[in-house]
Amino acid sequence: MSNASDQEHPLHEAVIEEGPGRKPRGRKRARRLARKAASMPVVPAIGEPQESRAVEGPLQPPTAAGGLVGVLQRRWLLQLLVRREMAKRYSGSFLGLLWSYIQPAIRFGVYYVVVLGLIRKSQSVPEFALHLFCGIVFTHYFAETVSGGTRSIWANRSLVDRTSLPREAFPIASMLTAALHTFPQLVLLMLVCVLVGWQTDLVGIVSGVLGLAIVVIFSTAVALFFSAVNVYYRDFQNIVGTLTQFMHFMVPMMYPVTRVMAVSHSHPLIYQLYMANPIAEAVVLLQRFFWFGSIQANGERNPSTAFPPGMLERGAITLVACLILLWFAQQAFTRLEVKFAEHL
Amino acid sequence: MAESIVVDQVSKVFTMHYHRTLKQKAVASLRRLPLNETFKALSDVSFTVEQGESIGLMGLNGSGKSTLLKLINGVMRPDTGSVLARGRIAGLIAKGAGFHSQLTGRENLYLNAAIMGLSEAETDAKFDEIVEFADIGRFLDVPVSHYSSGMFSRLGFSIAVHVDADVFLADEVLAVGDRPFKKKCLVKMQEIRQQGTTIFYVSHAAASVRSMCDRVLVLENGRLGFDGDVAEGIRYLHYDDDVESDDEESLEDEELGADI
Repeated sequence: MSNASDQEHPLHEAVIEEGPGRKPRGRKRARRLARKAASMPVVPAIGEPQESRAVEGPLQPPTAAGGLVGVLQRRWLLQLLVRREMAKRYSGSFLGLLWSYIQPAIRFGVYYVVVLGLIRKSQSVPEFALHLFCGIVFTHYFAETVSGGTRSIWANRSLVDRTSLPREAFPIASMLTAALHTFPQLVLLMLVCVLVGWQTDLVGIVSGVLGLAIVVIFSTAVALFFSAVNVYYRDFQNIVGTLTQFMHFMVPMMYPVTRVMAVSHSHPLIYQLYMANPIAEAVVLLQRFFWFGSIQANGERNPSTAFPPGMLERGAITLVACLILLWFAQQAFTRLEVKFAEHL
Repeated sequence: MAESIVVDQVSKVFTMHYHRTLKQKAVASLRRLPLNETFKALSDVSFTVEQGESIGLMGLNGSGKSTLLKLINGVMRPDTGSVLARGRIAGLIAKGAGFHSQLTGRENLYLNAAIMGLSEAETDAKFDEIVEFADIGRFLDVPVSHYSSGMFSRLGFSIAVHVDADVFLADEVLAVGDRPFKKKCLVKMQEIRQQGTTIFYVSHAAASVRSMCDRVLVLENGRLGFDGDVAEGIRYLHYDDDVESDDEESLEDEELGADI
């Protein structure tokens, strides 16, 4: 059955009919058949009377509704989309999933050598490797979510163009894929912390939860917004690469946050701008949870182990701001998605 | 019987963007060329479909059939007016949507079914039936990149027809495949029709529409030109064309029907 398709091509069929002894109108018929290659066979209706089908539910617009919340409720679909995303990403590569560890590992190595070996500014940071690793894990998550999310709708245009799936599903699936990639790194980070002698307190736990929530929500908001804008202006996928690269220097991982705090008196504006970056704020909080938790036990204290005053309050405010940002991103997305079909 | 689809004064305008980059746009506006142009794909289309009706949607290429189908499927929103539907909508538009060549037939089956709105349990329950209809046998656990285009298409169709939708949208152009499979598809569609599903069948083949539908809508340049009886609708459509060649054409269609 599988090879029957090439025998049954209308053109093929018609050419045979042109031979001697075939139908006289063969040539004409061939032309006609070629023109309407999809002519359909006729199948009579089933004789029995039609069953009546009771359909529950109201008349409603067939377009997807519910936005982000609706998407998060369709877990099964998300799960399959994430699985597909993973397969897509590493299709045809030899190292496959390993790539998402090689990249951060190389980055870690480079930064470590450069900062510690050449610049030597962070000598004073105890457990510098942990400090750096903690920052890299979360900026990596941010970068993966935003770059994957930005491309997601464009990359899935065949689905967007043909199904009524909620469009938010694609950036969300990218975010979840990034989370899945980052999770083993997070486990590794925690493991190293524990080996070094990690312990925590209430401030540490609150910081950790706040920091994680900020990273996830802010990344999702950015991914959601950029994914929609990228359909209109494909420039965005180029900007995003620069933005995420920039982020490595905009968070306290190669240097302690105390270096930024030091300029707060001479250049308060710069300090406020730096701290207004949700990822910077989140990394500060997460450093408090992971890195500071590890050096707490040793009792190692020096000027670089301090944290900004009012860190938790600022964290809480940032979280609320990120939630508002997410809401705005959703609103913008809803407006932009109306014209997706024309731009894909 | 209840209303299944209500389309009320629907219009859809597409904006065609001629220039994408800043440079192109700048040059175009300096030369006073149009930057974009609008195109009215559908204008003021209204009709109501009862549950269980089988509608043949006909019209020349570019008359707005696909746009209308996409609006009913929820791919797009109308610019003005409203489209309302009841129950689960499935269709051949989404046939094979989201198939990824590196995933196996089984994985793609689950994904495509989920995209069409099936839950895990529902897919599990219909799995054997879908595989049997698709007739892909031992290729089930092979990445679909190794499939012949026929197998690919069969798997997609098989999922679409097993969704157990309340509204089924069939686009003839998409029902590619060999003749026996096309016939199998149409038999299945008759079955679906008999079960009381509302059917939208887009086709140019008059004989096929005659056997499948009990009402015809004809679109002309985005307007609803005809809404009513099948035989009349087919005749209506033919008035616009050269009468002689159309008689021949319908003859051809009948012939094609007799071929099998």
